[in-house]
Amino acid sequence: MRKKLNTIEEGTLLLSGNEAVARGAWEYGVHFASAYPGTPSTEILETIAEEYDEIDAQWAPNEKVGLEVVAGASFAGARVLSAMKHVGLNVAADPLFTLSYIGATGGIVIVSADDPGMHSSQNEQDNRLMGKAAKVVVLEPSDSQEAKDMVGEGLRISEDFDTPVLLRLTTRICHSKSMVRIGPRKEVPVKGYVGDIKKRVPIPAHARLMHSRVEQRLEDISAWGSESTLNRIEKGDTSLGIITSGISYQYVKEVSPEASVLKIGISNPLPWNLIEKFINMVDRVIFVEENDPYLEENIKARFLIQADGKNIISIEGELNPEIVRKAVHPGTTKEITFSEIQLPARPPALCAGCPHRGAFYCLSKLGGSSTGDIGCYTLGLMPPHSALETTICMGASIGVLAGIEKAVGREGMGKLVAAIGESTFVHSGITGLIDMVYNGNTGTVMIMDNSLTAMTGGQENPTTGKNLRGEPAPVLDLEKLVAACGVKHIRVIDPHDLPEMEKILKEEMAREELSVIITRRPCIMAYKPIRKGVAEVDPEKCIGCKLCMKLGCPAISWDGEKPEISSHLCWPDCDLCIQVCPVDAISKDMGGLT
Amino acid sequence: MKSVTNVIICGTGGQGILLASEVLCAAALLSGYDVKKSEVHGMSQRGGSVSSHVRFGEKIFSPLVEKGCADLILAMEKMESLRWSPYLAPHGKLVACDLAITPMTVNTGHAEYPDVNAIIERENLPVTLIPAVEIAEELGNLRVVNVVLIGAVSPHLPIDESHWKKAIEERVPPKALEVNLEAFRKGRELFGK
Repeated sequence: MRKKLNTIEEGTLLLSGNEAVARGAWEYGVHFASAYPGTPSTEILETIAEEYDEIDAQWAPNEKVGLEVVAGASFAGARVLSAMKHVGLNVAADPLFTLSYIGATGGIVIVSADDPGMHSSQNEQDNRLMGKAAKVVVLEPSDSQEAKDMVGEGLRISEDFDTPVLLRLTTRICHSKSMVRIGPRKEVPVKGYVGDIKKRVPIPAHARLMHSRVEQRLEDISAWGSESTLNRIEKGDTSLGIITSGISYQYVKEVSPEASVLKIGISNPLPWNLIEKFINMVDRVIFVEENDPYLEENIKARFLIQADGKNIISIEGELNPEIVRKAVHPGTTKEITFSEIQLPARPPALCAGCPHRGAFYCLSKLGGSSTGDIGCYTLGLMPPHSALETTICMGASIGVLAGIEKAVGREGMGKLVAAIGESTFVHSGITGLIDMVYNGNTGTVMIMDNSLTAMTGGQENPTTGKNLRGEPAPVLDLEKLVAACGVKHIRVIDPHDLPEMEKILKEEMAREELSVIITRRPCIMAYKPIRKGVAEVDPEKCIGCKLCMKLGCPAISWDGEKPEISSHLCWPDCDLCIQVCPVDAISKDMGGLT
Repeated sequence: MKSVTNVIICGTGGQGILLASEVLCAAALLSGYDVKKSEVHGMSQRGGSVSSHVRFGEKIFSPLVEKGCADLILAMEKMESLRWSPYLAPHGKLVACDLAITPMTVNTGHAEYPDVNAIIERENLPVTLIPAVEIAEELGNLRVVNVVLIGAVSPHLPIDESHWKKAIEERVPPKALEVNLEAFRKGRELFGK
């Protein structure tokens, strides 16, 4: 039996950046943590819940609430952590910008996990800029050890300088593993709640004073940061000086071990004194940073220096050692012995047995499509369904559908419905639905309830009946919630009942009033299958009509004449291919009920 | 000895790539190396391409392997083995499971599954194809395909057999240990030459 990590108090562990942040939260006395799942940040709270019982950790319905509850806990003197993906910080931006004015009683560390390269995100925003705009401290670790250490440093800075601290990770930090020296937990007492309206009620008279303190705070931290070990000069050959931060530092050390390096750990406020010293020390400066020219623009504007940066390294995409080598030492790139081979892409697909497949199959069959949202069901855009046409952000499917109707009327909207998962609906869809009711829209919203926040790997949410620790929790009643918004027509359907699914979609799309269809069937990650058999094709009966291929099931492939069903991938509880086959050529042992 | 060893493990979602790279990292740690590994979760889990970079040696900076530098690429699916070919070092080895999993783009008729063997020949790629699925079937457990492959590549890496076995013990549940050790042994004996 593996030991829980809170029983191991010394040694070295190979940890991902996310696991290291969880470890840091534990070692440095965090009492309370709250987050909404979002790749690449999700494992931070999962690790806390699995390994570190001393921290009270929970899922929030969205990032804004996640930050608000940790703010409250900080007001009461607890050390707190909130984690989110980069776009989650947009949702939490409202509390963030004013919490910056209010400051921290117990230390506040907010993790923003950015996604350069957009491995699983809809944009590539650089939240160092958000941190600067919010006037909070931004820390950038370059490996797991620093990720752990910076949680501790962040809490200390937060309490010493009365500021929230943004710990800016990127996918490559979150999901890379490296060695971390670990230590025991240091308990810090919760100070207790004491009201202080001048500190925590930013009416204009108070807020003006707060703003003044914020500006002074930034100057103080900049001066302190020039002496802090979080920012450091690694003096080497002074003919080249590289200014870098985060994962880019590792690529610089890999390809340019001889250069002098200024490694920035505190990206906001920048350590001006140290930067000035470095610039004066080296003959030539290159900025190596991922995405936006944050260091480059700020440092160039301050010191009016000539230096290379985004003119030689793209703003777009994730960096890697080749890109940095090409930019910093052109002509020394590694020999490529074997050239690139053109291959079919292997994009992600809805799993075999996925409940969303039935809904998208029917929508597509009826010639319909959807305004989409953020979740597994975004994959409804892929062939063969091709039944999703827009995505902006969490919850936007509903507002977008409403706006299309406002612009072109019910006729112009055609057979569009809104497609949104239950977790996303609770996160940010409810207000959109209230808007539709309030402003007289007539469209159909399909809440795809698979009882799991699935795209991020399968997390609980307020509709699933369990909390982050897997303990029983009250179940949010979606039907009552939707009814309370004022929706009169609510249909609940198992999306794998294809005839019924198709019938209901048809009826509701034709209805000249607002309606909600709740497609309810659990995600295959949420339970063990009840049946045992897997589907098989009878080649004697199969007429090669390819209707089963229209399901887009990853278990079904085409051998040129007939479908083949992978017994390895087929989900025993799913019978969609059996339902769509017109000649009963597909069957499965439907006994085997356990 | 070379100071850093670079390995890429690749395949498709659900093939046990993460477990394989965990075992490799654990074995490298037991051998006293500095270790870094990197992979991307999220969208790739839904049957998409998945890869894990593992680097070990005296001191590691970048968690990512650079193109032209991989000493070994281990592919759990044969087409995926081709995707990473530019990463292979001139002396590099490519070991792949002789298994084809058709991507959705092929199933929907938007692409064709390539003739992998013909490409290997044309490009003169140093590939060893291993019938790891058949071996796992013989062992009565399809979930050990990845460990058969680890066994097959294990002699090509500067890690002692005892460290491999210990790493497997650390990473697999006790009731599956016997079959996993057997899978490792078979892979190592049959193809580790």
